[in-house]
Amino acid sequence: MSDRPRRTLPRVLVGAAVLLVLVLVGAGAVWFTQGGAPTIGGPFKLVNGQGKTVTDRDFRGHYLLVYFGYTFCPDVCPTTLSQMADALDALGSKAAEVQPLFITVDPKRDTPQVVGQYVANFSPRLVGLTGTPEEIAKVAREYRVYYAIHKNAEQPADYTVDHSSILYLMSPSGAFIAPIRADQSGADMAKDIARHLS
Amino acid sequence: MRRLLLLSLLAMPLLVPSGPTRAESGPIQVQQVWSRAAPQGRVGVLYMTVTDSGAPDQLVAVSTPVAEKAELHESVAEGGVMKMRPVAAAPVETGKPLVLKPGGYHVMLMGLRRTLKEGDEFPVTIRFAHAGPISVTAHVAKAGAAAAPAEMGRGNGTMSH
Ligand SMILES: [Cu+2]
Repeated sequence: MSDRPRRTLPRVLVGAAVLLVLVLVGAGAVWFTQGGAPTIGGPFKLVNGQGKTVTDRDFRGHYLLVYFGYTFCPDVCPTTLSQMADALDALGSKAAEVQPLFITVDPKRDTPQVVGQYVANFSPRLVGLTGTPEEIAKVAREYRVYYAIHKNAEQPADYTVDHSSILYLMSPSGAFIAPIRADQSGADMAKDIARHLS
Repeated sequence: MRRLLLLSLLAMPLLVPSGPTRAESGPIQVQQVWSRAAPQGRVGVLYMTVTDSGAPDQLVAVSTPVAEKAELHESVAEGGVMKMRPVAAAPVETGKPLVLKPGGYHVMLMGLRRTLKEGDEFPVTIRFAHAGPISVTAHVAKAGAAAAPAEMGRGNGTMSH
């Protein structure tokens, strides 16, 4: 009887602390997504499939849907790019505001020509970008994308690249809006994207 | 036509898991073999469903004349990072079909000898640890397709040996 209040009091405190943490995390997430700091994304200078240099500024005025991958990937990357193309179809007239981008994390094998030919398999609207290993490392760092070459002992030339598989929705002014799941159907992707379009 | 009918009959136990009949040609059945459009010289992929009504077995190798190399791979997601790794064998047993599908087990085709176009078909041979080799026909879907081509009926592409 006597120690009952003592036992419940800490629980209340713990509950309050948990709530406080949740509120702080929530506030942090809002600050994070409302452009309190440019934590995801940033300036880049890369080369498109036609060998032309392009920068992030060239895409101002359009929402960007950015995916990082590599063309030697037969399974996951084509699935994602195909779903991205389906998502654009599902967005209908709103798709005109969205520019889909594929940025390679394998600049050594993915030359402008390879990337250009590759993206054309999925959608005429999809722009493929490559660059020097340093330029790719910079843009990947800005987007918080992890990538690492994984060598096959017997066939070192046939290496694969482990990489973050996520889509980034960026605003017409170049600010990060939201991550979009890559492992979902084009229809679901379109719903996720449409929610953020004005 | 008679052959098609026979193939459909062979596929029956797969459609009805508790069905009384089984294929006389062997316990392993390979179905829904499909690929994706991809240009010559680049990489491609093969997906399929393997069922086993007998003793446990393993898919160990795949070959096709359309590619210089065909390797069994698995895509795995770890904390949002996709990794693709070669695997030596993939298990198949009764009641546990082996499904090669986007984002999981797949056969990676390296060095395509010809362009694979949507609607194309090409031959594939699948080898197992115990069962004899099985020859099948792969059907090509569009680039990046998430599922087998719709026109591909079940049992189509089954050719037990
Ligand atoms: Cu693979």
